[in-house]
Amino acid sequence: METYTLIILLLAATIRVATPLVLAALGGLFSERAGVIALGLEGMMLGAAFASAAVAAVSGSAWLGLGAGMAAGVALALLIAVACVTFRGNQVVAAMAVNIVVAGICPMLGLAWFDLGGQTPQLSNPGQRFAEIILPGAHAARSVPVPGLLYAELVSGHSLLVYLAAAIVPAGAWVLYRTRFGLRLRAVGEDPEAVETAGISVAAIRFQAVVISGLLSGIAGTYLATAASSGFARDMTAGKGYLALAAMIFGKWRPFPTLGACLLFAFTDALASRLEGVPLPVVGVIPVQFIVALPYALTVLLLAGFVGKAVAPKSIGVPYAKDK
Amino acid sequence: MNKGETALELRGIDKRFGAVHANRAVSFSVRRGTIHGLIGENGAGKSTLMNIVYGFHPADAGELLVDGRAVAIRSPQDAIAAGIGMVHQHFMLVPNFTVLENLILGAEGGWRLAAGRAKARAAMERIEREHGLSVPLDAVVEDLPVGIQQRVEILKALNRGAEILILDEPTAVLTPQETSQLFELLRRLRDQGRTIILVTHKLKEIMAVTDNVTVMRQGAVVAGVATAATSPQALADEMVGRAVSLEVAKGPAAPGVPLLSVRDLAVRDRKGVPRVKGVSFEVRAGEIVGIAGVAGNGQSELLEAIAGLVEPERGEISVSGRPVNGLDPRERRALGLAHIPEDRLRMGVVAAFPARDNAILGYHDRAGYNRGPFTRPARISGDCARKMSDWDVRPPAPGLRMSLFSGGNQQKLVLAREIDSNPVVLLIGQPTRGVDIGAIEFIHRRLVALRDAGKALLLVSVELDEILGLADRILVMAGGEIVGELSAAEASEEKLGLMMAGIGKAAHG
Repeated sequence: METYTLIILLLAATIRVATPLVLAALGGLFSERAGVIALGLEGMMLGAAFASAAVAAVSGSAWLGLGAGMAAGVALALLIAVACVTFRGNQVVAAMAVNIVVAGICPMLGLAWFDLGGQTPQLSNPGQRFAEIILPGAHAARSVPVPGLLYAELVSGHSLLVYLAAAIVPAGAWVLYRTRFGLRLRAVGEDPEAVETAGISVAAIRFQAVVISGLLSGIAGTYLATAASSGFARDMTAGKGYLALAAMIFGKWRPFPTLGACLLFAFTDALASRLEGVPLPVVGVIPVQFIVALPYALTVLLLAGFVGKAVAPKSIGVPYAKDK
Repeated sequence: MNKGETALELRGIDKRFGAVHANRAVSFSVRRGTIHGLIGENGAGKSTLMNIVYGFHPADAGELLVDGRAVAIRSPQDAIAAGIGMVHQHFMLVPNFTVLENLILGAEGGWRLAAGRAKARAAMERIEREHGLSVPLDAVVEDLPVGIQQRVEILKALNRGAEILILDEPTAVLTPQETSQLFELLRRLRDQGRTIILVTHKLKEIMAVTDNVTVMRQGAVVAGVATAATSPQALADEMVGRAVSLEVAKGPAAPGVPLLSVRDLAVRDRKGVPRVKGVSFEVRAGEIVGIAGVAGNGQSELLEAIAGLVEPERGEISVSGRPVNGLDPRERRALGLAHIPEDRLRMGVVAAFPARDNAILGYHDRAGYNRGPFTRPARISGDCARKMSDWDVRPPAPGLRMSLFSGGNQQKLVLAREIDSNPVVLLIGQPTRGVDIGAIEFIHRRLVALRDAGKALLLVSVELDEILGLADRILVMAGGEIVGELSAAEASEEKLGLMMAGIGKAAHG
């Protein structure tokens, strides 16, 4: 029973950690399937985290915070889209520029507005955060041993944004494979010239795809600042944007495998925080630095060896120009 | 719709790309229900013109009339709306999509795919009945042979209601048989009242299938005639702007000792697929041996293995009687084996480097170009200028970036470089790919002169005319094997075409 509870709690933690990864990775998937490298996920998430926390703190509304987070994500996405699509700039440089600028500008604005060392004020009032939603019957279910605990801890008790992330994967897959927009988007990522010849604007599709990535990263950033924690802190994304990108590549640019990769990364992360200070058989207590590095080490290993033949969208990273 | 006599009229189309005047006040009209040929050398402005008609580039000046009415075409979308469809030389198909997905791209019929798919399937079945054009709708495009891919392109245009169909160099990738099937289809479409514009640089195709022909040279229209009233020679002269010889003038070969011998050579590609399956032949001094075959039947791998670029699975290669197995390309070069690669831009030159550096590529470590660790720029430039004047490379500017030369001039410089090293065996892949007629004539003459000087030449080309014109002996490759050998005297296009398709295997000797 003890072990069962432990596993359920570990899985519940996995879901919480996975949520921002799933949102951002799916955003990245839309961007990359249209041929625009999604390195800007990190910056868009961080910007959204700041915007949502600041607006939630000032207005007292988590919903306004979400709006601000999404707006910030979209604004940064537009910046990337203008640089990469309109001006055909180098996609890596444009995205990294956004990441670096955001990492600097958010604490600076925070310091100027709130004077709390670059952080935003603590979101302590109930309406300022996306609190856990207790599904009906969850309390009662707790008394039922095995399935009850599963329902109460794993299915119930997450923030709204977690359920949103869960819904967005099938929704994204549907858009990608079953709609006209999805067909055009996938075609642009493979062969933009063929799309242009078919009378479709490559630039318009790429803009829309990058904006979607901004929107989803915006929700991911909002989740970090207003649901997973209570406020913005300097560099609070801590590489989650890159991890989401890695998960997307590991998922071979496909929605459900990407979800699987996000859950795997999140699981190692959740496991790592449980292992801190716990003596293990044979090796004893593992230094905390090793444990924290575990998800990243796993990422490198997986990407290096186990992805198999991942075929990236062919036009990825290549600015499209009609006249060559 | 107003069904006038003239389907498409161009009036004074003018286009510049920077310093290049690609189209100079081009005017001509295309009659409804005809196949109209547009012929010209590479760089004559044919493709630019057609890209303007299809809305890829805006014209600087001039107007387009479809069915007698002026239309503004600013994007492919406008062109499609005006009933113009285009089949590009490089297929505009998404390779990992199915045929059906490619057909509906841009004409999905609603934001949900399911309905559009069903509608397109029905439409395709109708087109199939009408035109006898069948394609496997659910196959992935990249798995299909190029002939079928081209059919998908044509269907795509028809599906979107194209009344005027432009085909840009459609036969470049086809076998002779596929080409005649394509022409059959074009005639059928014409007889149904559609208008077809065939862009090509091949005189024979113009003569075979068109009703009228417009000749372009240096961006301008220089002639427009009914095909029946002209001849290949007259068209060639118009294209080049002077009298050219279409025949390769050469005397009989006087073969001497074998200089290149290949025995039981087998090559696998990087994926482990056998590409060359036990090929044996000899090339003797003073003869040109041609290898004919549809692209992708092992000719490229054969050349690369002889040149030392890939390691063969088995077999022996010797140059002037010395085995060269295991030697790298440089060591083979030192034994007198020169190689003019098929893919000039990828393997023959460094396009971003100036001509002078390209003129010594592969020979850059020879004495004379270096002093200690330093190169000798003046020497290298002088050497390049000499090669350029010897081979009539234009412009004769050693400092000019290679990518700024035309295909023909790049090729001449590559030939100059390889032949200047005085090889005994010369491997030549596609010597005149992307080269204009004037330069082809020149290159062919020089190759024959090399043969007469007692060199052994191995020529791989997908242009049957070139093989028939140059080679003294012809080996036909199909499926990685030599399926037949013909002497120049007994070879004909029909015989070669059948052998290339793997039919009518001729006896050796």
